[in-house]
Parts: sequence; structure tokens; C-alpha cells
Amino acid sequence: MADEPKPPQQPESSPPEASGSSAAPPAPKSAAPPSPAAPKPAPPAPKPPVSLQVPLDNELVQRYRARFGAVVQDAIEDRKQAYLVIDSSQLSEVARYSRDEEKFDLLEDFTAVDWPRREKRFDLIAILYSFPHNIRLRLKVPVALDDRPASLVEIWPAANWLEREIFDMFGIQFDGHPGLKRILLPDEWQGHPLRKDYDILQQDTAWVRENLGIESGQ
Amino acid sequence: MADTVQEDATQKNGTLLGADELILNMGPQHPSTHGVLRVKLKLDGERVRGTECVIGYLHRGVEKIAEHRTYQQFAPYVDRMDYIAAVSNGLGYCEAVEKLLNAEAPLRARVIRTILTELQRIASHLIWLGTHALDIGALTPLFYCLREREEILKIFEKYCGARLTTHAFRIGGLQYEAYDGFEKDVERFCKDFERRIQEYVDLLTGNSIWIGRTRNVGVINSADCIALGASGPILRASGVKWDLRVAQPYAAYDRYKFEIPVGVNGDTYDRYMVRMEEMRQSRLICLQAIENIPEGPILGKVGKVLKPPAGEIYHSIEAPKGILGYYIVSDGTTQPYRVRIRPPSFINLQAFDKMVRGHLVADVVAIIGTLDIVLGEVDR
Repeated sequence: MADEPKPPQQPESSPPEASGSSAAPPAPKSAAPPSPAAPKPAPPAPKPPVSLQVPLDNELVQRYRARFGAVVQDAIEDRKQAYLVIDSSQLSEVARYSRDEEKFDLLEDFTAVDWPRREKRFDLIAILYSFPHNIRLRLKVPVALDDRPASLVEIWPAANWLEREIFDMFGIQFDGHPGLKRILLPDEWQGHPLRKDYDILQQDTAWVRENLGIESGQ
Repeated sequence: MADTVQEDATQKNGTLLGADELILNMGPQHPSTHGVLRVKLKLDGERVRGTECVIGYLHRGVEKIAEHRTYQQFAPYVDRMDYIAAVSNGLGYCEAVEKLLNAEAPLRARVIRTILTELQRIASHLIWLGTHALDIGALTPLFYCLREREEILKIFEKYCGARLTTHAFRIGGLQYEAYDGFEKDVERFCKDFERRIQEYVDLLTGNSIWIGRTRNVGVINSADCIALGASGPILRASGVKWDLRVAQPYAAYDRYKFEIPVGVNGDTYDRYMVRMEEMRQSRLICLQAIENIPEGPILGKVGKVLKPPAGEIYHSIEAPKGILGYYIVSDGTTQPYRVRIRPPSFINLQAFDKMVRGHLVADVVAIIGTLDIVLGEVDR
């Protein structure tokens, strides 16, 4: 589970998107390179991979490790921003500790990222901010498609709509959410658009036909 | 009963309603909802007992589009979220990508960015003030506000050719050098604006109708604000002296002195006072900045093909409406792997239910106005 974006995804992520969603990519992929001047010579000269992600072991991380042990799977600093990789089984405990003990009183954002090739397909990203300490911390929680991570609404009420948006866009179900339903898309919509296997041109044509009275929304 | 109304209001059948209760649908086509917000109100006579916001009418899938564009190609799209503060959106996005690239814009670019962003804050607050007052029944301020906003839009137009969705900045700095007479125009506006602001104050601040419609309406305390994630003027009006421009300075804000206005009660009147003071402070920032715009290049070395090293970044700025954040994941290619936008309007709107309960129907309009939402940003 130590596969953080950098090492595994680099070889992995560009091919799967090209093969996974075969219909759309040709258009944007081919549209991108021709616009700048020299498309070909640029790629063959990749700089040696500078390690921007370094393991982090400051006092904050040590406190988390002491408290939660192996639940804190990893602690990384990426471009001077810290994040912890947390096992989803203890998400609400870690969240409660973060709010009460470490004074991360603001859930600034809560979102997800889809890595379709991974065993645990999604990363939940909680961006925390502490008013007393003026620092940010990200919690990164890998979850599988049929996992039901604990809802954070009890801890940060701000999570209510954010979790609804994650459910809407990624289809991740949260356990204990007071009213988990779609928020931006219509309730009857089929599919979760921000998944990587949902094509950019894809839509719920049946819904569009039925509710808008047109053949296609394109 | 009152505690569970949010669930009740969402019930399709109204059979659980008491005899004197009523579900009233407001919007999406309603002039005071500032776009296509739809609110289901559960009423007991004139009192609001519960609400449910129905949003998404303007959803365009901006975050999905981002994954299929290069970093530069996506920049114009962010202008179309909060379209009355397009410059601020652009600033947040450009700085986020610069951080992802481990680059920084030159000082001259950052100073000019600061000036334009603060002008944009004034313009955004002017739209808020005009429409908010209009909703409550004061017609005149709208014309005054649009008159001043026009001056700002003229500066934008002279600078980059666009007035609304400006795309004023480029990743790495600026595309355009400030035009001849830019400082003079900004100075003329700022000098003039002091007098103009006094006109709004004369119209509203001591006006007993205005006070009656806004004081103790939509009260929210600081603990609730933080729990619900509400930021920007809403948070400050409830007494939290916190501003990202000071807490974690970006652009060139560390070079200028300004005050963070705060309120006491967290009601609609306090939010009005906070935003009015923010306009004055923005004006002072602009005046400080034009005094000394450093010479130098306006575009840093970022290359023509942007390929940020794999990894991720979160960057947020104090937009006119609150914390505007960008969380960007790069997989080392020319297109972002994931762009997440933290929209202040969307998250502030969550506090609406808390603020509106127990108030009269007429206050709903005042509270939507004081939240200062833009549906383009709520729905993205």
C-alpha cells in the first residue's frame, strides 16, 4: 500500500488513460502538443527525477504515530506540504484526534482522487487547517470501491455537502452520513463523472432524453 | 420537530407536515437568488422552519474538463466559476500551478497581480452591495455601485482587453505589461473611490430601514462558522480576525499594510460593515502598491510546455467570497491528473440553513444576499 502517486503512477497513469477511455482522449491529446512550438524535442530530455516527495518525521508526525501506530501508513512532505496516509478503518478516530488534540479546527476541503489501477482505487483527501497553529495537514485515505469509510459530518459539519459531492462524482458511500444523495447532478443520474473510466463525452443519455426532451446534451 | 426538519423538507410527500406548515419552492428562476439557486422552504406561517438548497443547475464539470486540457488551456476555465471575480480565480490557479512547478512569478508580476486582484475585490463587493441592497428594497445603491465598478472594468479592459472573464494572468507571471498610465488610472480611481464609498455609507449605514432589515438577521457565531467551513467576510463578521492574505501571504501581500475588519454579532449588518471596510482596505493596498511597482521581468522561466513533476499541491487564496483553494495532482504529463477546486460560495452556502431558521420569508432574501454566492462557482 506504499504506492504513493510518484513512483507507481508515472509509468502507469498515462497508458491506462489512453487505453481505458478510448473514445475521448485522441481529441485533447492531439490538440495539446501542436499548439506550443516544439512538441517533439521536449519529451526526450527529461530531467533526472528530482525527489520532491520526502519522508516526513517531525514532531507532529511522531505524535500521530505514537497515538495510532500502523494506522499512519506513511508521512510525506511534497513541495513543503505535509500529508499523512491513513488507514480507512480508523478515519473517524484520526479525524477526531486531529480536531480535538492537534487543533485542526477547520476542514478546509474534502475530496477524492481516482487511481483505477490500484487495488484500493480511491484516495480520499481531507485538507485540514489549524487556526491556532496556522498550519495545514492533509489526510490521505486509500479506499476501495466497496469500502464504506466513516462519515466526518459528526466531526466537521462542513463535510456534509463535500461528502455528497464525493458520492456524486466518485460513487464512494460514507457510513453514517445523514442524507447521502447527489448534490450537483440530478438524483436519477447514472454514473459518477469524475471516475477515470467515465469518458469526458459520456453522459446519461436516457436521463437527458427523458427530462430535457432532446437527443443529446452535446 | 424543528430539529429534524431538514430530513422532513426533503420528503417527497408532504404528509408529515403539520396542518399549518407549508413547503414553499423558491427559485431557480427568482431574481433574488442571484442565479439559479433553488431553495425549498418549510414554513410555519411566515416563519422558516427548515430549508433545503437544490443546486447543480449550472454544473459544467469544470474539474472533469481540467483533466483533459493542458495546464495553460485550463486557465481560462477558472474565470468562469466566480465570474464576477475572475481575476481572483485566475490568481489562485496560476499560483497553484507555479507551486506545482516549483517556480515563482517575478516580483513585478506579483505586485501587478496584487493590484488587479484588489481592484477585483472591490468590484466583486460592489456587485454584492448593489444587489444585496436591491433585494432588500434600496434601489439607488445599485446604480452607484455599477458606476464605480465600470471604472474598474475599464482598467481591466485597458490592461488585457476583457472586462468580465479576463484571463489576466499567465502561469509564471503576466502576459501583458501594464499599459502606459496604468498607475494613473488606478490612482484616479482610488482617490475618487473614497468619496464614492461615503455615498453608500450615507445611503445605508445609518438608514433605519436598512438597520431594521439587517441587524440580528442571519446571525451565525464563530464556532458555527468554523465548523461549517464558512470563510471570508462571513467568518470575519462573526469576530474571527483571520485573513489568508495575512496568515499565509501570497502574491505581494506581505509588502503592504492593511487592517482586517471584524464584526461582533455575526449578523447581516456586521457582514455589511466588514465588506465595506474591506473595500476601503483594498483601496489602501492599491494606493500603496502603485507607489512603487518594481521594475523587472513580468514572466518567469516556466517553459512553453508545462510538465510539472509528479506530485500534488494545495494552494488557497483569500478570494472576495472566502477561501478559494486549488488541489492539483500531477502525474508528470502536460495535463493535470486531477484538479479540485475548493469553492468558497459552495461551502458558505452550507451555512444558509443555520442562518435562516426562525426568520421570516422576507429575510431569506436578505440572507441569500449577505452570503454573497455566485452560482457559477457553487455548481462549477
